[in-house]
Amino acid sequence: MSVYGLTFKGIDQVKGPLVIMRGVPGAAYEEVVRIYSEDGREWFGQVLEAGRDKVVIQVLGDTEGLDSNAMVKFTGSTLKIPVSDEMLGRVFNGAGEPIDGGPKIRADDYRDINGAPINPAKRDYPDEFIETGISAIDGMLSLVRGQKLPIFSESGLPHNEVAAQVARQAIVPGKAERFSIVFAAVGLKYDDVLFFRRQFEEFGALSRSVLFLNLANDPVIERITTPRVALTAAEYLAFDLGMDVLVIITDMTNYCEALRELSSAREEVPSRKGYPGYMYSDLASIYERAGRIIGRPGSITFMPILTMPGGDLTHPIPDLTGYITEGQIFLDLDLHNRGIYPPINVLPSLSRLMKDGIGPGKTREDHKEVSDQLYAAYSQGTKARELVQIVGEAGLSPREKLYLEFARRFEREFVAQGFRERRNIEETLNIAWDILSILPEAELTRISEKTLNKFHPKRRIAAQAEGE
Amino acid sequence: MSELVYESKGIIVHIKGPVVEAEGMRGAKIREVVYVGEERLIGEIVRIEGDKAIIQVYEPTGGVKAGEPVERTGEPLSAELGPGLLGQVLDGLGRPLEVIAEKAGGPFITRGIKAPTLPRDKKWQWTPLVKPGDDVVAGDVLGTVPEGSVTHKIMLPPTIEKAKVIEVLPEGDYTIEEPVVVVEHIGGKEEVKMYHKWPVRTPRPFKEKLAPVELLVTGQRVIDTFFPIVKGGTSAVPGGFGTGKTVTLHQISKWADADVVVYVGCGERGNEMTDLLHTFPKLVDPKSGKPLLERSVLIANTSNMPVPAREASIFMGITYAEYYRDMGLHVVLTADSTSRWAEALRELSSRLEEIPSERGYPAYLPDYIASFYERAGRIKVRGRRDELGSVAVIGAVSPSGGDLNEPVTQHTMRYVGAFWALDKDLAFKRHFPSINWLRSFSKYTGGLKEWWIKNTGHDMMAYRDKAMDLLQRASSLEEVARVVGEAALSDENRLVLLSAELIKEGFLVQNAYHEVDTYCSPKKQALLLKTLLEFYDRARPIIDAGVPISRIAEMKSLGLLRRLKFVPEEEFENAVKEAIAQLEAEISSLLAEVR
Repeated sequence: MSVYGLTFKGIDQVKGPLVIMRGVPGAAYEEVVRIYSEDGREWFGQVLEAGRDKVVIQVLGDTEGLDSNAMVKFTGSTLKIPVSDEMLGRVFNGAGEPIDGGPKIRADDYRDINGAPINPAKRDYPDEFIETGISAIDGMLSLVRGQKLPIFSESGLPHNEVAAQVARQAIVPGKAERFSIVFAAVGLKYDDVLFFRRQFEEFGALSRSVLFLNLANDPVIERITTPRVALTAAEYLAFDLGMDVLVIITDMTNYCEALRELSSAREEVPSRKGYPGYMYSDLASIYERAGRIIGRPGSITFMPILTMPGGDLTHPIPDLTGYITEGQIFLDLDLHNRGIYPPINVLPSLSRLMKDGIGPGKTREDHKEVSDQLYAAYSQGTKARELVQIVGEAGLSPREKLYLEFARRFEREFVAQGFRERRNIEETLNIAWDILSILPEAELTRISEKTLNKFHPKRRIAAQAEGE
Repeated sequence: MSELVYESKGIIVHIKGPVVEAEGMRGAKIREVVYVGEERLIGEIVRIEGDKAIIQVYEPTGGVKAGEPVERTGEPLSAELGPGLLGQVLDGLGRPLEVIAEKAGGPFITRGIKAPTLPRDKKWQWTPLVKPGDDVVAGDVLGTVPEGSVTHKIMLPPTIEKAKVIEVLPEGDYTIEEPVVVVEHIGGKEEVKMYHKWPVRTPRPFKEKLAPVELLVTGQRVIDTFFPIVKGGTSAVPGGFGTGKTVTLHQISKWADADVVVYVGCGERGNEMTDLLHTFPKLVDPKSGKPLLERSVLIANTSNMPVPAREASIFMGITYAEYYRDMGLHVVLTADSTSRWAEALRELSSRLEEIPSERGYPAYLPDYIASFYERAGRIKVRGRRDELGSVAVIGAVSPSGGDLNEPVTQHTMRYVGAFWALDKDLAFKRHFPSINWLRSFSKYTGGLKEWWIKNTGHDMMAYRDKAMDLLQRASSLEEVARVVGEAALSDENRLVLLSAELIKEGFLVQNAYHEVDTYCSPKKQALLLKTLLEFYDRARPIIDAGVPISRIAEMKSLGLLRRLKFVPEEEFENAVKEAIAQLEAEISSLLAEVR
């Protein structure tokens, strides 16, 4: 027996965002319900627990004004949104309803916002280099088409700028089409949203963008649905319409806090710092929707932004995210304070899919070795810098001084660049060689003889001289 | 004696995520598999209260209603064991992902799909080894079929202790559903097919467990030389994200000198499984000359797939491993990651409203971890044959916040023989594998001295101790240098630092993506470490003679030594000779200078 289409009058209990009803025997788990109060207000909800004796409903939106005489209608369906190419250029709220004053979407299809897991055997391995024009990313943490690479940031750092710059500049070399952008704001301030809108407008991307906005003053509970709604739209654009989609969701920290709030309302046993034990699986169900599928042209490249509470990398939010995503771009307060934009600290950053996206035919044959060497040398340089704090620069050995200088130039010349500056991969790698050439060749242990001969500036000059 | 008649259908009364309560289930058994709801979702009974059963469902339960039926099967969750496992990519319940894709009609996994693990229509080339009239016992080989890179032995299943063969199909091609042998035992006649089912939570029986003594060569220098694992041994790889757990496990799955590899991707990234699926068919097993995929069983239950199936996937994997072990083969099982598996347990425990212990994990977590690692081992197989088989288990651990004091890491440490602690600082420096040599351990080193001498002609364990000594000394010197600066150390001490650096760069760091460096044979490992140690032995006296450390550090031969690891095996001995010759020449000229 189902209660599909039936309306019940009267609810037994309201507890935060949860509504409890008794005597509704046939409610389906995760079924969507509509709740109407006597004064005509309407709420959306979803069945969280479906029992013969008791049904627990999670209400989307603020439950203020809900009373025990409310009517509850069971729709018989899980949470779905309409999808079609008409979504492009439009703005929606966290439940997928248009909020730009435009008409409703004519749906090609209705899709469950939770999606379904991609069959691992049907995934296509992401190995196509995306040139973002940002040296620190292209050279050291190359992004590939279909990757999920979050930005780990802190309040006050220019993560929005970095994400906007990637959105503006990203291309797949050799492909004419630009990325379509699905942007979701989760619990964001209005001026942050405005910044992104202006950026998209400025570089003419608004017509190939879909915006989902849940602002700081919008219902907390809709923060749970916003990323899912956005990814459902992205999946349609990517895997049905064949577009390359770049998904930017900010700020995932607000999402996790909403999840914690909800979990506590449900009286669940908390895990670390009060976050629910299933947060890993919950985040995975969002992040794993990025990727490519065999036999389908489109892709979802996913760049979520999260602010680390207290800049703490071991906090459950960045920690669990790092275990799911394919690396991270780490923004550093110290670099920012020293005036370096983008303040990307490459040492704790990583791109797991870089290895297959670079090299001959993709970027350049020396790319892997150069980036390995830069990592090793920069890490030596930062070690030397720490030492300066203790023994002073005079206490350093000549070798350590050299690495100190290397680190300085690496930050100033390689990492730092303008918000509107776009460097192609060739330029990025050439800057790298310039800086590496201040080190003696014996120190370049991560680079093979062959590569040194071909690319080391000094050897190239020597080879030219010999040729003449 | 339990009643023979049971109600085969119950009624759902409550649904909360993957936990479903049903009534009318009298006679149901704990761990019995049931089909839940109209869509017949796969579930397992985890608790019984009167005629109520609590069921954990392995598929998403959205849309399921109270009042829908629950169908019983009378069987526990079992693995299908027989030819056709190798080369397969399965989900956590043993369903082939390709078949799921076919039945779902698309790249997304839908619900309620039933798919047997082994292909039913494929024919296998059967060679009988018994004839009518033979007496056989459990574990005896009835015949063989070739499968991938192994000879698959069809054995009398453990459920038949003793029997007489009465019929045998002649040599020929048969499917697994055809009874190739008919036996007679106390219970009557029984048809034996090429496959049987085995409950995944029950360890498969064997004759005797033996001490593991043979090195499991992984081709990874820091593992084989410093923290080795043996055939039938256990090891854990804990490390925060980005420290290289997955790459380490992938490397072992690719290069370990095992006959069969079972890889369980448990709650991890989808693209990592895709990576394996892309590389395994291309890589060739050096022993058999066949693609690596043909010696592998891959289980993929990625992080976005249902959580309860994650819990089952590890048991599914270890059961496959034990089955091949019973044929007298050496098997390696790698599980990435056991933390996700333990978290699945925590999630279910919490939904069952059990009283939580440390960090929300149930109090029985240690038993649970032990029940997995204890299924590893080197054993004498059953049946009347003198064969040994082994299962080595290597589990990744993903400690939250990189904190090795969390319960899963701590309990795992108690049950494993080797422990490879991955280090964030090393990873940041791109020192991979980022196995920290001061915090890792292996209990197997003691027994391996003979193995190295026999197989490489080198007393590798002596080299190891010497290198470890240098690394330890360097580590405490670094502490000092951090305060006073390296320049303030004596030349003698700075030579220790330089030599340790050489061992790190030239031996410990190994590039998984370098054509040559990705695998290093034991012979090459031994000669390489011996050569690198010679640097210290030869440079030490000239420091006393008054050669400044700065001149030693500039030697060209140092660069040669650092890059020796990139030299292919066949040119390696010559390259070593050249490097040593250059080292000697440079040392004598430095000595000449000071004199």
